[in-house]
Amino acid sequence: MEKRTEYQKIEKDAARKDRIFHGVIYFALTVWAILVLFPFYWMLLSSVKSYSAYTAERIPKFYTLHPTLQNYVDAFTQVALGKYFLNTLIFTVLTTALMLVVIVLAAFAFARLEFKGKNLIFTLFLSLMMIPNELVVITNFVTITNWNLRNSFTGLILPSVTSVFYIYLLKENFEQIPDSLYLAAKVDGTTDFKYLMRVMIPISKPTIVTVVILKVIECWNSYVWPRLITDDKNYFLVSNGIQEIRENGFGRENIPAMMAAVVSVSIPLIVLFLIFRNKIMAGVSRGGTKG
Amino acid sequence: METNNRKAWLYLIPAFVFLGLFMVYPLVDVFIYSFEEGYNFASESFFGTGLYNYSYVLHDPYFLQAIKNTFLMVIITVPISTGLSLLISLALSSIKPLQNLFQTIYFLPYVTNTLAVGLVFMILFRKTPYSDGMVNRLILFFGGRSVDFIEGPYWAKMFVFCFYIIWVVMPFKILILTSALASVNPMYYKAAKVDGTPKWRVFTKITLPMISPMIFYLVITGFIGAFKSYSDAVALFGTNLNSAGMNTIVGYVYDMLYGDSGGYPSYASAAAIILFVIVLTITCINLMVSKKHVQY
Amino acid sequence: MKLVLKGLTKVYPARGKKGKPVTAVDHFDFEIPDGKLIGLLGPSGCGKSTTLYLICGLEKPTDGKLYFGEDDVTDLPPENRGVGLVFQNYALYPHLTVEQNITFPLENLKKAERPTKEEMHTRAVEAAKLVQIDGLMERKPSELSGGQQQRVAIARALVKMPRVLLLDEPLSNLDARLRLQTREEIRRIQRETGITTIFVTHDQEEAMSISDMIVVMKDGVVHQIGKPQEVYDDPVNLFVAKFLGTPPINTFDGHVKDGALYIGDAKVLETPGVEDREVYVGIRPEGFRLSPDGPLVCDLTGVDVMGRDTSVVSTHAASRDVNVRSIIDSEDAATITGKQVRFTLRPSKVLLFDHETEERIRYGNK
Repeated sequence: MEKRTEYQKIEKDAARKDRIFHGVIYFALTVWAILVLFPFYWMLLSSVKSYSAYTAERIPKFYTLHPTLQNYVDAFTQVALGKYFLNTLIFTVLTTALMLVVIVLAAFAFARLEFKGKNLIFTLFLSLMMIPNELVVITNFVTITNWNLRNSFTGLILPSVTSVFYIYLLKENFEQIPDSLYLAAKVDGTTDFKYLMRVMIPISKPTIVTVVILKVIECWNSYVWPRLITDDKNYFLVSNGIQEIRENGFGRENIPAMMAAVVSVSIPLIVLFLIFRNKIMAGVSRGGTKG
Repeated sequence: METNNRKAWLYLIPAFVFLGLFMVYPLVDVFIYSFEEGYNFASESFFGTGLYNYSYVLHDPYFLQAIKNTFLMVIITVPISTGLSLLISLALSSIKPLQNLFQTIYFLPYVTNTLAVGLVFMILFRKTPYSDGMVNRLILFFGGRSVDFIEGPYWAKMFVFCFYIIWVVMPFKILILTSALASVNPMYYKAAKVDGTPKWRVFTKITLPMISPMIFYLVITGFIGAFKSYSDAVALFGTNLNSAGMNTIVGYVYDMLYGDSGGYPSYASAAAIILFVIVLTITCINLMVSKKHVQY
Repeated sequence: MKLVLKGLTKVYPARGKKGKPVTAVDHFDFEIPDGKLIGLLGPSGCGKSTTLYLICGLEKPTDGKLYFGEDDVTDLPPENRGVGLVFQNYALYPHLTVEQNITFPLENLKKAERPTKEEMHTRAVEAAKLVQIDGLMERKPSELSGGQQQRVAIARALVKMPRVLLLDEPLSNLDARLRLQTREEIRRIQRETGITTIFVTHDQEEAMSISDMIVVMKDGVVHQIGKPQEVYDDPVNLFVAKFLGTPPINTFDGHVKDGALYIGDAKVLETPGVEDREVYVGIRPEGFRLSPDGPLVCDLTGVDVMGRDTSVVSTHAASRDVNVRSIIDSEDAATITGKQVRFTLRPSKVLLFDHETEERIRYGNK
């Protein structure tokens, strides 16, 4: 009998310890979640406060009773936010499309074709992955300037096209397709190019989608290169647009309108993320680093 | 096979053209620039070769400030962000309900525009004559003294800079560590549980060794990434980082290249190469340390 | 259509600086009669798959000629040869449906030969009916069992109406039960279509059971070609004798003296016409007969009853294998007592081989 009560006590203790342990963990996780979410909440909140209400608050309030969309109207009319959006869209679509063509062809050559010096060339390719962007951006800046491509989409896009890492990623994926598929296609008279288009690309679709998403994120957030290469507002991307809004703004320091711009810039990628959550996270953990 | 040879090159041409023009050539060129003294952008001429550019950069107070800022920031943010992300990942992997929700939230900063969110941070942390700002209200509430984190004292600026960088780099680290933790075979934990191994011992003897390669990977990439910070600083302190005293090495490179104080690709090149050497050295040290400590 | 291989040779260049060139196929001469099912048999790495690839054109021969009927196809690209190839792992396109997989080869045909969409569908259904998968046309390969995938692969090879059908280890990825079923299926399909079919296997039982003719290869060299039973009964050398048959042939060290074969000191058989010499003796398991005064005395280790037959496992000092396996009638097995068994040998199941060359030594009327 005594033994049993002892067991009950142990059970009770264990359960209580477990509850406390989990309680602490959930508390800590919630704190970090708030830290992450708060800036988003704040920008959303500020963006729907009217200018007068915002400036009148000496002590900022955590809520508003009179939300307004006027700031969004201002953000798109008083500054050329719409234009920045369009520019970023063009830049993102063209860069990603060009990159896809380049990396698919290169990955195919490395994965499927046999040619002299393949291993050596691929090793050289890989070693390029270690070259930091900061080192090459100087000459690229000079090159693009000399080609008179400043303030043009060509100048923005060209140096942003290639990614050795994505070639590597795709090549690895292509190589997982069994050789026999290629030989079978050969027996049936399929050309290399048709095999690439009809078999390899469809089979590797998940990886290609991942690469595209990662590149889109990169393009959408790119700041340094566009800043160097554009000073004409007509070619600003959203990042530069935000910086421009911050520095020259709405004539006066109109924080709610700024926040409206910030929210508008952030939403597309957040929506993309919520849709492709698993793909993005899997892709990033496979080796994507920011920028 | 001979026919394959020519065809393969055809497939590789686009990649070669882009990589050659915008990566290999610039790589060679940046070294040449860095040794050409008095390079003139307009006439593309120079009057000598030597180490003068390096010496100029190393004596430039702005560059020294940038070096100080960068090193300080790296030393603060890399350990804190790695340790914090390890704690959060451990917590995340020990719960079941809401795990997905938390993971999604934590990843959000990764997909946001650094410049845009930086602006929000700036507004939260700054102090203007009209308003103390969100963060200062909190400090006042807990009985502290308000301070302008954006244009105030150096330590305050450094604090908000590090804070923002940690906020930005956490998603990647949490993601990598949670997937590393998830890939540890649950059999080990079950075995440990049956043996009644205390939680702390499980962590140091099983979990940590198992994920140590990933931790070192994060430390190495963390160092590299932190050394290259720039847009985070711009987002918080504006484009004129030199006058704000918050420039980074990369920022110095860009400022030398273009902008109000720009037009000196030679100085920029020298600074970029100095940065590259620093990063390379630190990465090598990291690799040597990790060789010693990573269990497998 | 008959197939002629004339001195077909494939040498792979040396790999690395220290490597040697590898001769995968060495002067393969063979005339394959029209409409037959041929089994290419040999241990792995013997060059049988290379031979298959040479025939379908995926590899170019280093030397020799290849004729389909009267046409020299030695240098013809694979797609112009009219061959169908089924891979060991089936090589189905995972993102295409069964029907799309089957019609894939047709879509590659040049303008004039290319069938219309309806024709393609009709032909795909025809081919699918032949291999009995016409109910699965909309499925993806991942939704099929191994046996079904195999059939799809065969249908894809047949849809082009090839002159030659090639199967690379067609049964090796199937489980035992399906293997029996599928090999009958291959036999049936071959009979129905009448297409000259060559299949590669390392499993002698598989090859023996359905082939019209088998080709035994080793190290790129063809050792013997013939009808399965002929090759089994009358192998040209020790390798072929060992490779065919389960359980495998038993081998002994022996010698011939005065027209008689001795194993150890025991005179086991009259071998008229053979000069005195050392020999290897191969005895098929069914070549043993229990006999109370038989000359070959073995130490008994075990008796396995397998229904109608009984396998007697024993050892003998002159045996070159660990065990001597003999198959005898179950009824006779009842007579086994004690620790020893004595056998007499059936002359037709005893084969002699040269000590040096391992070539067959014929005696009597063989």
